[in-house]
Amino acid sequence: MINFSYTIWILIIPIFMFLLLGLLGMKFKPIISGVLGTIGLGVVMLLSYYAAYQYFFQLPRIDDAYQQILAHNITWLNLSASLQIKMGVFIDPISVMMLVVVSTVSFMVHLYSIGYMKGEKGFQRFFAFLSLFTFSMLGLVVATNIFQMYIFWELVGVSSFLLIGFYYERPSAVAASKKAFIVTRFADLGFLVGILLLSYYTKSFDFLNITGPVGIEVTRNLTQTFLGMSVATWALLLIFMGGAGKSAMFPLHIWLPDAMEGPTPVSALIHAATMVVAGVYLVARLFPLYAFAAPDALTVIAYVGGFTSLFAAVIACTQFDIKRVLAFSTLSQIGYMMLALGVSGYGGEKGLGYMASMFHLFTHAMFKALLFLGAGSIIHAVHSNYMNEMGGLRKYLPITHLTFLIACLTIAGLFPLSGFWSKDEILVAAYEHNKLLFVVEYLVAGLTAFYMFRLYFRVFWNKEPHYHHKPHESPLVMTIPLMFLAVASIFTGFLPFSQMVTSDRLPFESETNLMIAIPSVAIGLVGIFIAFLLYKKDNVLVGKIVTGLGGIYTTIYNKFYIDEVYMFVTKKIIFNLISRPVAWFDRHVVDGFMNGIAGVTVLASRKIKGAQSGQLQHYAFFFVLGAIAFALIFIYLWQ
Amino acid sequence: MNILALFIIIPILTIIGILSTKDHRGTRIVSAIGMGLQLITSVVLIIMFYAERNAGNHADMLFMVDYMWFESLNIHYLVGVDGISVAMIALTSVVTFAGVFASWEVKDLPREFFISLIVLATGVFGFFISLDLFTMFLFYEVAVIPMYLLIGLWGSGPKEYSAMKLTLMLMGGSAILLVGLFGIYFNSDPSGASHYTFNIMEISKITIPMEAQRFFFPFTFIGFGILGALFPFHTWSPDGHASAPTAVSMLHAGVLMKLGGYGCFRVAMFLMPGAAHELAWIFIILTATSVVYGAFGAIWQKDLKYINAYSSVSHCGLVLFALLMMNETAMDGAIIQMISHGLMTALFFALIGMIYGRTHTRMINEMGGLMKIMPFLAVCYVIAGLASLGLPGLSGFVAEMTIFVGAFQHPDTFHRVVTILACSSIVVTAVYILRVVGVLLFGPIRNDEFLKLTDAKWFEKVSTVTLILAVAFIGIVPIWLSDLIRLSLKPILDQLSSF
Repeated sequence: MINFSYTIWILIIPIFMFLLLGLLGMKFKPIISGVLGTIGLGVVMLLSYYAAYQYFFQLPRIDDAYQQILAHNITWLNLSASLQIKMGVFIDPISVMMLVVVSTVSFMVHLYSIGYMKGEKGFQRFFAFLSLFTFSMLGLVVATNIFQMYIFWELVGVSSFLLIGFYYERPSAVAASKKAFIVTRFADLGFLVGILLLSYYTKSFDFLNITGPVGIEVTRNLTQTFLGMSVATWALLLIFMGGAGKSAMFPLHIWLPDAMEGPTPVSALIHAATMVVAGVYLVARLFPLYAFAAPDALTVIAYVGGFTSLFAAVIACTQFDIKRVLAFSTLSQIGYMMLALGVSGYGGEKGLGYMASMFHLFTHAMFKALLFLGAGSIIHAVHSNYMNEMGGLRKYLPITHLTFLIACLTIAGLFPLSGFWSKDEILVAAYEHNKLLFVVEYLVAGLTAFYMFRLYFRVFWNKEPHYHHKPHESPLVMTIPLMFLAVASIFTGFLPFSQMVTSDRLPFESETNLMIAIPSVAIGLVGIFIAFLLYKKDNVLVGKIVTGLGGIYTTIYNKFYIDEVYMFVTKKIIFNLISRPVAWFDRHVVDGFMNGIAGVTVLASRKIKGAQSGQLQHYAFFFVLGAIAFALIFIYLWQ
Repeated sequence: MNILALFIIIPILTIIGILSTKDHRGTRIVSAIGMGLQLITSVVLIIMFYAERNAGNHADMLFMVDYMWFESLNIHYLVGVDGISVAMIALTSVVTFAGVFASWEVKDLPREFFISLIVLATGVFGFFISLDLFTMFLFYEVAVIPMYLLIGLWGSGPKEYSAMKLTLMLMGGSAILLVGLFGIYFNSDPSGASHYTFNIMEISKITIPMEAQRFFFPFTFIGFGILGALFPFHTWSPDGHASAPTAVSMLHAGVLMKLGGYGCFRVAMFLMPGAAHELAWIFIILTATSVVYGAFGAIWQKDLKYINAYSSVSHCGLVLFALLMMNETAMDGAIIQMISHGLMTALFFALIGMIYGRTHTRMINEMGGLMKIMPFLAVCYVIAGLASLGLPGLSGFVAEMTIFVGAFQHPDTFHRVVTILACSSIVVTAVYILRVVGVLLFGPIRNDEFLKLTDAKWFEKVSTVTLILAVAFIGIVPIWLSDLIRLSLKPILDQLSSF
């Protein structure tokens, strides 16, 4: 029996680094804190790789299925006789896979940031927050129960908030961090209520119980309905709402593009590779429940994912800020993953979508982190985010150029790069389940190739603008992560995912369907070709198309005005129609009533205080008056 | 000697010590030593309590002492503690200790200020250890009266108005409460021999007639509820806090408001469980309203103290809400929430006082970019904010989640639906907290005169760090507090489930 208890160090090291750098960071030289953080993460990465190696290759399987292991599980809080919140480390295929993803990307980002953030004020703070984020994300991944997941979910949210608002003197960064936190918090409300509902019926938070046979049996047989839907569907949809918030699915996506206000390495780590896939991971974690107890919820997930992927891809074609293009591309790719989960069944070949989703999560983490880090390298060189201010950069940034090209080809799904393999599996899964979504995804594949190469040609080819300083390639500490991730993007597609990460933890054989693969590569090539025609050199056609589209283009460019709708709801409705009246009501009605009582008392006392005048004749007068009154009453009563 | 007596004796000795000092320095050093000793005593009390429990002493109340002090009405000085009172005493000690350091630089009449502050704390300690209704009420008044002086003399803004308003509303509450307490007293002898008693433990053994319960429960619950900022009797809180000096706001919101919640369950619900069951729904609606209403009210405020006062209405509403759910988990959560709210609101008021002391304004739109000018205070403010919006790892999360999970275990659908409504406050809370943090601490510096302001001094650091450590300690290892409380809930749960 292999002992996995060392995995606890995967959590201890980052939190220790956070405390060390957060409390004592200012005492160190900046570079020392950067190196300390990076070394810490390096150890974490090696531990994760070792755990993955042991888990997938050394641990004996039971009935051919990968085991589920509770490496640690301590009681953190007793809630009631049956409900406890525990903290622990849960080892199963997806958690091990995520450990590898998170620690790899986090390490690369740490290393890269030593160069990228050099000379920034708050360098130590940056590394402290990165460690905090990594700790939270790893804690989320290895959660043994849904409440532990929720706890780390919130911590991930706050580290994201802190990192988006890293440049806290910039009002746009402050606004973006606030927006990200509040939108995801709103989604988390759904998550919380979902947990409450689910645990009310299953009497447990533990994944082993609720996604095990007993939990599935209980949820499946729930007869209670609410508004025509079973309680199980409600609970799982609400939990998905939490996932949709973190994973920025439509209509909760609005925070992600704004989150690009954070430093670029943060965007690579949090808003591309790790945190934003937490929602996918959550659905995957509870997948048996979705598959057996609430297939309706899965359908919703498939459509939300499919719609988001199309919606975001369309917007990405019109944006000029290179980080925003990448942000919308992230939305689109996560949409793919959600869709794959939504069209998946449980067990064996039926679970192809599940496997494809996890596979795409893995490859996407590598190539999207690469894209963002490459974008960071570009921004570092030209000091601008806007592609209009770039052009011809291939001469100045050779390594960035080459790695960026690899990433673009990968995301466009060209054979034999990793994106090809994972996207192909998703298309196959969609084809078997839902033809409409399959067609949508084909279209998105073409759009993806188009907008990525629009970016690529616009930045690296095209006309060279006047640069104030000659752009120069980034230092080695930044290009090494690029090269590593480029290699990963090329080769991770050959990993036998269907042998390792499957819905029922049993390996199965998956084959490439040429009938689907060839057209998908073809449509990618078409997209690249159109981008080549339009953006290799300045082309008058672009302007013509834009004017030709007119209002449609403006609508897309303004992201379909969804932000404006949100602003209307929050500013006009919640602030002005709820909060302001509440504040007024409280001051004037409730408090006014209380002051009114006091006022009446004062008034009454003022009216009658004249009676205590101290003049004898007044007292005598009242005395006589009183005596007469009593006399009258007595006489009256006597009769 | 009984350890509980120390909670009365130490403050009295401290007051004598203060009276014998000559200058400002001596006064505050004596106060700090006195309250430091108090803090140590409460830690010792927790340890002794655990030791007794582990030694197998399962009496409902420990360290009991009983002296008759007014024979004709059968009034006793009767003290004793269970896990809940121990936790509340610890909270009081921490907040008082931090409060002394937060008022380190009181300029006018420091001696009188510290004496009033310590008298207030004594009243609170006495309240939490009392098991005799009359003594309890007496200590309650001891705590409320100095409040008037403290706000009226050392306050700011329309202080006479606020002091008067606060005192009158709390006195009004006391009057209502007194009716309830006498109602209980005169129904405490079912044999009809007029051997009435104020002893809570004895009254709990008999059943007060239902008609009397129905009549007196609202008096008792509302009487205590006014102090616990029960909607719609909460309006003393924003004005009172706005004018109160820092330490008084800390003690008031941190501790005094908890007397309300504590009294609601120790007296109203414990002694009149039948009426509690019957009338709970009315108060559940009122408290759930408080929770959401307070949070929405806070969004619109511009004065830091008003924001915090409304946020307190919301958080304290959650305390009473959870108590009325009447199950082990929710009530456990209610008590944790009292402690958690006490600590973090004290932290908030301490920080607001320190910021106000520098900028001379509490209007958030007149400030900005404080993170750059006073990073220590700003970071503390962010931590307080995160605690308040329920970030895991800080105490607020533990309390809220225990409450929500507990309340949701209620078999009745009405209760579960109201719980979901109350849950929605976590979003609204995030909105107003982040709004304050964004405007006040982040962004560009709006007033160049603030550039020359300084960061926290050592005594301010002592005050805030003490509170932050307490908040984080509960947040990271909640199980000791949760279990301490849970094991003491049994008598009251038995009492409630007998109906």
